[in-house]
Amino acid sequence: MKEDTVIQVEGLTKVFGDFTAVNKISFHVKKGEIFGFLGANGAGKTTAMKMLIGISAPSSGSAHVAGFDVYSQTENIKKSIGYMSQKFALYDDLTVKENIRFFGGIYGLSKDKISQKSSQLIEELGLEKVAKSLVGSLPLGWKQKIAFSVSLLHDPKIVFLDEPTGGVDPITRRQFWEMIYKAANNGTTIFVTTHYMDEAEYCDRVSIMVDGNIEALDTPKNLKTHFGSDSMNDVFLKLARS
Amino acid sequence: MSIVIEHISKSYGKVNALDDISIQVDQGELYGLIGPDGAGKTTLFRILTTSLLPDQGSASVAGYDIIADFKSIRKHVGYMPGRFSLYQDLTVEENLNFFATIFGTTITENYDLIKDIYVQIEPFKDRRAGKLSGGMKQKLALSCALIHKPKVLFLDEPTTGVDPVSRKEFWEMLKRLQDKGITILVSTPYMDEAALCDRIALIQDGRILEIDTPKAIVKHYPKPIFDVGAHNTYLLIEKLNAYAHKHSVFPFGEYIHYTDQRDGFDPLDLRAYLKKEGLQNIHIERTNATIEDTFMELAKQ
Repeated sequence: MKEDTVIQVEGLTKVFGDFTAVNKISFHVKKGEIFGFLGANGAGKTTAMKMLIGISAPSSGSAHVAGFDVYSQTENIKKSIGYMSQKFALYDDLTVKENIRFFGGIYGLSKDKISQKSSQLIEELGLEKVAKSLVGSLPLGWKQKIAFSVSLLHDPKIVFLDEPTGGVDPITRRQFWEMIYKAANNGTTIFVTTHYMDEAEYCDRVSIMVDGNIEALDTPKNLKTHFGSDSMNDVFLKLARS
Repeated sequence: MSIVIEHISKSYGKVNALDDISIQVDQGELYGLIGPDGAGKTTLFRILTTSLLPDQGSASVAGYDIIADFKSIRKHVGYMPGRFSLYQDLTVEENLNFFATIFGTTITENYDLIKDIYVQIEPFKDRRAGKLSGGMKQKLALSCALIHKPKVLFLDEPTTGVDPVSRKEFWEMLKRLQDKGITILVSTPYMDEAALCDRIALIQDGRILEIDTPKAIVKHYPKPIFDVGAHNTYLLIEKLNAYAHKHSVFPFGEYIHYTDQRDGFDPLDLRAYLKKEGLQNIHIERTNATIEDTFMELAKQ
């Protein structure tokens, strides 16, 4: 694996019975890159992502995440990555501070480190007034911003974001992407799925899955040129409908 | 007039879910409620479908008052809630049959109306609803909401979490239903879908920001907007935000949408500033406002 490659996937496949959910996909993601992982519902994105984060064993092929093997070193992978999704992010019944402490503990941070990170995060997001409020009482956009910061608590090499901005208002959605840019600029690799095609344009490179295969992988600019489209939405429609 | 909403307000404890909302939807109109999570869209749907009482104000649907005539409303509207709420343990066909029977009709009687949609899931009619994919659940829910031939159809975020291809197909289905004379009130957090409605209400935090046709709404945008690009987007956003004369800076796909505070703004000034700050491959070009630009400008105020 080259020094600056943090995700390396070769012929990765997952078969359920006689259904091939992910069919020999291959790609590399570089350190600090924002990699968009797109596809229609049911195209195999979630299955592929589960293999990469070490919670589902591949049927064949190989993959290394943060230098660790997805077959034999899944515990190392889990320590090296952050994860958040639209569906699961934080515990609604815990306060902001309690969530930070809980996830800090899960990731094995020391008490001092947790308290330092907690103050830093609350200050950066301007959450002083709601630090002791239950997360369930906060607007969705805030929750998602907090969840993203929490996924970075243990300074992971890679963060996996599964539709992080669904339903979030347009201003907060952009603030969220500014946080992503900042993290990537600090060297964290971002692996993100989204159904907002304008967000696909914010990625350094984008892959598009159709029926278990990666049908396209390039920069948004090159994909648009290649498909003679003026937007990623149009590229997506052309690929997924053909 | 198919839906008349007058000064409706609703609070949950201290939270103002709806604050003095007034909307009128014409017969046969495809009308969009555009706003993020927590805007109050679902509360409004629940009031109009008579499953929740407003604190203040009045409303009528298909000529029936939401309080005095609530039973008539229930007979004449179709409602597809945001959460999948069919019977997971019944099959596709059993669900459809159930809803037809409840409304005193049969599948065959109104088959014509749902045919386009139902044929796509008919091959799976013996499958339990809980085992369907997201896209198929959505088609079944729509079929069930239509089976009694409603005059007004309420769709609460039917496309949230749905991929762009399926979203496009869903909107094509809505257009065909509209052609059959059904009034449709649909909510969505996706601003690009707003352009497909006859008229839209932009809504946030329980308040209406603006009501108009999609074309007219973007014309209300008060300032010239510029697409700005450079070699490093993160640095570009940082430097634009630090620029003394900026009014707004929002990433928009490939470029950043930038507006300036000054009336006589000269893009060359901005170019010089960005160059001095170390940005390369600078691109600045006038562009048109979208519904999302308008929404954000109104939401900022």
